[in-house]
Amino acid sequence: MLSRRIIPCLDVRDGQVVKGVRFRDHVVMGEIVDLALRYRDEGADELVFYDITASPEGRGVDRGWVEKVARVIDIPFCVAGGIRSVDEARAVLHAGADKISVNSPALERPALIDELAAAFGVQCVVVGIDSLRDADGEWRVRQYTGDPTKTRALARRTLDWMVEAQRRGAGEIVLNCMGSDGVRAGYDLEQLSAARVICQVPLIASGGAGAPEHFRDAFVDADVDGALAASVFHSGAIAIPALKHYLHECGVAVRR
Amino acid sequence: MSVVLVDAGGTNIGSVRYALQRLGVDAALTSDATTIRRADKVILPGVGAAGPGMARLRELGLVEVLRGLTQPVLGVCLGMQLLCAHSEEGDTACLGVIPAPVRRFVDAPGLRVPHMGWNTLSIRQKHPLLAGLDDGEQAYFVHSYAVPTGDYTLASSGHADEFSAIVARGNFHGMQFHPERSAAVGARLLRNFLSL
Repeated sequence: MLSRRIIPCLDVRDGQVVKGVRFRDHVVMGEIVDLALRYRDEGADELVFYDITASPEGRGVDRGWVEKVARVIDIPFCVAGGIRSVDEARAVLHAGADKISVNSPALERPALIDELAAAFGVQCVVVGIDSLRDADGEWRVRQYTGDPTKTRALARRTLDWMVEAQRRGAGEIVLNCMGSDGVRAGYDLEQLSAARVICQVPLIASGGAGAPEHFRDAFVDADVDGALAASVFHSGAIAIPALKHYLHECGVAVRR
Repeated sequence: MSVVLVDAGGTNIGSVRYALQRLGVDAALTSDATTIRRADKVILPGVGAAGPGMARLRELGLVEVLRGLTQPVLGVCLGMQLLCAHSEEGDTACLGVIPAPVRRFVDAPGLRVPHMGWNTLSIRQKHPLLAGLDDGEQAYFVHSYAVPTGDYTLASSGHADEFSAIVARGNFHGMQFHPERSAAVGARLLRNFLSL
């Protein structure tokens, strides 16, 4: 039976792991390789590294740390941030990443998703979507969220973009619900459930985890395949072994 | 012991190489026929699609070389599928050393494709490759095509239907999951392969 995945997310800036609240006010959480090893030892199923400054600054991912992580880590990991061409993606994959995730550059030029899927297969291609509910009640996509001064609200509806991304070759979708991110009040179950209906590829919940019950709700109520979280893991508020024990007791299939 | 990784252009070559290094084995990356024939163990990694994978092996002149190998060979993920007879992916004739088809997961309600994540291994046959592996242990899969179960299946996994997770026929072996990304379970299976 396929397990639901617990995925610590490590936001990377200038070679260190950082975390902000509602994408702002970043504080340093630790060194990349140290944290990667810690999560591997605790039983994380996968890791995601976001170079949060790459896209707004118009530069690619600094790849030195990708190879360092690949050498020591024996669980899968995904790299995101500023990948805007097949060549850049190839360099990150050859450095040892298992998947690459595209977000803002795919919004600039959606054909990037087709090109990546054709070059590497859909299983390597993750599309990250930053989404916020607007005053009219619609969820819409945000771009360049790594830097609040550069973040743009797009007219594109989140669910429309999710359909298009899959059609173009996304092998997995990470839906980051910005309204709940960093405030630890739970994942946005309404939005995730709406996404689940139209998402045929694996769907990963992001934004809002604050307690073990939030993970259970995302898996049981919104039927997501994985749940991503950062601050609750970095701060030690939730330990992964205890979280998995709890989920197992709730009847959720997890790797232990 | 010399272990070679066949450079068929897959993007997971680095990961497999690092996994072997963690086991104390420095595997050479090569597409040279003589080096491959002389190796004690041959690993065919692979991420990507079957058609381009076979095209690359043909360009390199490695199709007959790989078919003729007599030492232990391990195909990983797409590498395992390339050892099979035929893949539905791009209607591709493969190496044919394991008499199995490769089929796309059939669309079913609620079934997510690609099959991505940690899934349980059900042991179907005793084999030295599975030494120390307990039934129900988990490995990391990422794939949209799969090999149905058959007499070549050593261990299976389930995604709607059961499919082959580990296969063997003679000196040819395959793992559909990524042992290089399957934590302690993957390390044990790789070590078992190196001990064959």
